[in-house]
Amino acid sequence: MAHELRGKSAIAGLGVAGLGEAPGWTAWDIMARASLAALDDAGLTLGDVDGLFCAMMEDTMPALYAAEYLGIRPRYVDGTMTGGSSFVNYLGSATAALAAGLCDVALICYGSNQRTASGKLVTASKPPPYEAPYRPRYPISAYAMAAARHMHEFGTTREQLADVAVAARGWAAENPEASTRDPLTREEVLASRMVNDPLSVRDCCLVTDGGGALVLVRAERARDMPQTPVYVLGSAAASHHRQISQMPDFTTTAAKESGARAYAMAGVTPDQFDVVETYDAFTINTVLFMEDLGFCAKGEGGAFVADGAIAPGGRLPVNTNGGGLSCTHPGMYGIFTVIEGARQIQRRAPGVQIEGVDLALAHGNGGVLSSQVTAVLGSAATL
Amino acid sequence: MTDETPPDRVFRDGLAEGRIRLQRCGGCEAFVFYPRVLCPHCHSTDLSWQDASGDGVIHTTTTVRQKPERGGDYNVCMVELAEGVRMMSRVEDVDPPGVRIGMAVRAVVGEIDGAPAIVLHAKEA
Ligand SMILES: [Zn+2]
Repeated sequence: MAHELRGKSAIAGLGVAGLGEAPGWTAWDIMARASLAALDDAGLTLGDVDGLFCAMMEDTMPALYAAEYLGIRPRYVDGTMTGGSSFVNYLGSATAALAAGLCDVALICYGSNQRTASGKLVTASKPPPYEAPYRPRYPISAYAMAAARHMHEFGTTREQLADVAVAARGWAAENPEASTRDPLTREEVLASRMVNDPLSVRDCCLVTDGGGALVLVRAERARDMPQTPVYVLGSAAASHHRQISQMPDFTTTAAKESGARAYAMAGVTPDQFDVVETYDAFTINTVLFMEDLGFCAKGEGGAFVADGAIAPGGRLPVNTNGGGLSCTHPGMYGIFTVIEGARQIQRRAPGVQIEGVDLALAHGNGGVLSSQVTAVLGSAATL
Repeated sequence: MTDETPPDRVFRDGLAEGRIRLQRCGGCEAFVFYPRVLCPHCHSTDLSWQDASGDGVIHTTTTVRQKPERGGDYNVCMVELAEGVRMMSRVEDVDPPGVRIGMAVRAVVGEIDGAPAIVLHAKEA
């Protein structure tokens, strides 16, 4: 018995703006340009939008700010902040709102100018009182400690982590939207400056500007719109902690739970995915998500990603745009996992187009491995 | 609220006296850190305070690299106390890269930026 929301909504438009560097543009400008691009893609205008889903680091009430800037008065607003996973999370809430008739055109949008405005990852959070005295670098120290524990328990190596970065660069090399496209070798990753052991600077995502937007409508409407509809077959969120010191198991993320529930909703198994787009804030993320999302057993993620296995020509196409490691990372990357997965299904990936993609996984991560949200996207053939 | 002392206050007053105080749940027996008004495991509000043994093991660790002129490299780690709770801390008497997962440590109340804070000392091998 299929879940009642399976395939009930579809991505009818998508857009990006300001990827890389957008000097002088505000985060709101970038968000608005991405939104206009997505609406244009869908053959709609801002006047059609009556549901708004937005998370940004600029303001504590970004959805309200975005509505004000865009000059719209949506009847449904969701500004749930789960960090970089927020936009994948909105696929679920937008689908529910559309299905319930609470809105008819849902705009999911995001923009950031963190690279040209500050040059570093921007966070709006207060320092956590039981962690701040020890001066962890937010967020890398958290990911470094997860990586260290994974190495300790399973023998995962820095070489295997490096191969995640090398694979990402391999995809980015073919993608004109990617910020870093020059060749990268395992040796270069290993020799790059150590930041938080065992993570070096090449184990870390980029710091870029950029924005993205998605337009969702009910499935039956999407069929009569200009772009090939990308159906939301499943989506699920899970969270086990906010602060890294409260992470129950440093080597298993809540993606194990979000993935299983998203797959159940969609009625799919991991082996069916044609492309897998995950939030690779650090190289360890991809290792953890391959395991937790069921592509390999726990502890085998290092071997699974090594030696070009997730690079172009490998056994599984992972992060085919180059990911947060090599394509773009404006701070909350999650929306780009959905955009790349949708483009692959629509046969219009800006970089490497994988042949015959009908089923794509988009996985968002938020905070310090805190929020995990998994979405299953499919073509009409998967309905 | 009530006339009880707020949990964060009890904890910090403990630190000021050189004590590491942990909450223990009367419902499920689990120790709880950080301090709060309910047990996150079983949701009981029957929490009482106990002094930690101070015995701990490094659960995971990182060396934060920093230029010497800004203070140099330093350790950030997670310690698992014998009571079963984990917390962020740092090992003070070992060179940062020498801090190893599984290392036995002693949690004590030290000082960070003029305030009492839990820090770790390596136990003799
Ligand atoms: Zn309890």
